Amino acid sequence: MTSLRIFFIGGLTSYRALFNWLTPWILVPSFLVAPLFQILLFAYIGRTTRLESDEFYVIGNAIQYAAIPCLFAMGNTIGGERFQHTLPLVLATPAGRLPLFIGRSLPVIVNGFLVAAFALVAGGALLGVHVPLSAVAPLVLVVLITSFSCTGLGLVNAALGLRVRETAVLSNILFGILLVFCGVNVPLSSLPDWMSTISEGLPLTHGIAAARRLADGAGLGSVAGLIGAELLIGCIYAIAGYLLLRLMEVESRRRGTLEIA
Amino acid sequence: MRVARLIAITWWFHLKQSTKAGLFVFTAIIEPLIFATLAYYLFKAGQQPGTLLYAALSAGLMGIWSATLFGAGGAINFQRWQGVLEPLIAAPPPYVLVLFPQTLAASTLGVYSLTSTLLWGRVVFGIPLHFAHPLAFLVAVAVTVVALGVLGLVIGSSFILYREANALANMLEFPVWIVTGAIVPLSLLPGWVHYLSWGLAPTWGYRAIRAATFGGNPWPGIGWALLLAAVYLLIGQGFLHIFERRARERASLSLV
Repeated sequence: MTSLRIFFIGGLTSYRALFNWLTPWILVPSFLVAPLFQILLFAYIGRTTRLESDEFYVIGNAIQYAAIPCLFAMGNTIGGERFQHTLPLVLATPAGRLPLFIGRSLPVIVNGFLVAAFALVAGGALLGVHVPLSAVAPLVLVVLITSFSCTGLGLVNAALGLRVRETAVLSNILFGILLVFCGVNVPLSSLPDWMSTISEGLPLTHGIAAARRLADGAGLGSVAGLIGAELLIGCIYAIAGYLLLRLMEVESRRRGTLEIA
Repeated sequence: MRVARLIAITWWFHLKQSTKAGLFVFTAIIEPLIFATLAYYLFKAGQQPGTLLYAALSAGLMGIWSATLFGAGGAINFQRWQGVLEPLIAAPPPYVLVLFPQTLAASTLGVYSLTSTLLWGRVVFGIPLHFAHPLAFLVAVAVTVVALGVLGLVIGSSFILYREANALANMLEFPVWIVTGAIVPLSLLPGWVHYLSWGLAPTWGYRAIRAATFGGNPWPGIGWALLLAAVYLLIGQGFLHIFERRARERASLSLV
């Protein structure tokens, strides 16, 4: 019962604490307006280079933007606690680490999902991209799973935040890597082999590919492999992130660097 | 003479200070390299290899704007966190003489962006660097940096009153890239956007830099960028006066 409380209430409280960093009236438009401009920028670059259709850029960038809340919010669970001097208190409690850390990721997954879903709908409407009605429900599933896998990477980011002081820089770098490697704007076939090989192990790659195929009319069954791969990658990152968090916590205690990174 | 000294020292101090901050290093160097790589593959995959220098240059121009935006946005908040905003505003020199060199230092950091993306293009992707008018290129870059610094002053002035305005300003990164034609030709954008573009100094600065690189007459662009920078300076001074006054009335200068 205590673990459930830590998981749900602790996670929600931690998420609400992010609004100390930014008030909702700024945070919400940041999540809703900024992705539309990213979509527009790359759609126009796409028109300049005549590489892909608007649909390609709308889907790629809308789903990729889930990475903003997933990476930054997870990074800030450590960075924010440190800034508020509550990190040692939180880690000094006997609370189970699994509900403590995983609970903090649940609202982030929902946040990432809502951001990507809104960007997909609004970006599509702006650029006149039509998706078959039958693809809507499978797309919801894909966006949800992709948000989960991104949050898995966010957990790794949070763990590194115990060692790296500049969590915002780290989140930005990870965001940039996802933007370049995951076939968001450049088809994987146009990237060098080593880049497309790396992309196979990153969140987003399979989710975006599945979403594009669904939007083109493919059935859920035909993209089950891609969705499964995205889910598996998300699980691997989540487990790795949790283990890394435990390791970094022990290391930070040993070195006395919880508050200074 | 005192004014020039104040501007020069503040500019140099802020430049050195900014290079120590990880976020500024990211926005000035790492982020432009990410966009340069993206732009390179986008243009290459689009079967337009002749425009690869255009892609590298565009990524650098995008970086100049990012550096200005985050630097100008962060300048006042940084002073607020350090507890020096009130003493600086209470000091005898007008605050505009303190803030302007700081936003100028932010845009100067953008030169790192341009240099790094051009070198990245040359070293990693083998893009030949050939400038049609090298001297005009340097002048155009300098003028663009000054124009962006003054634009940063206009944007940054509102941060005196609204402590979280920098988050809203962050949203300006992509729109200004689009509207100023940093990477997308303005001819592709809807007609009404052109009017907005013409009122932005970076549009003319970028146009001048491209003309100096690929051939063409860069001087009209340089002239328009300078003219708009002078207008921005007046607007920034006016905004700063109004916002400073209101922040004093609301006693919100030091609130973080």
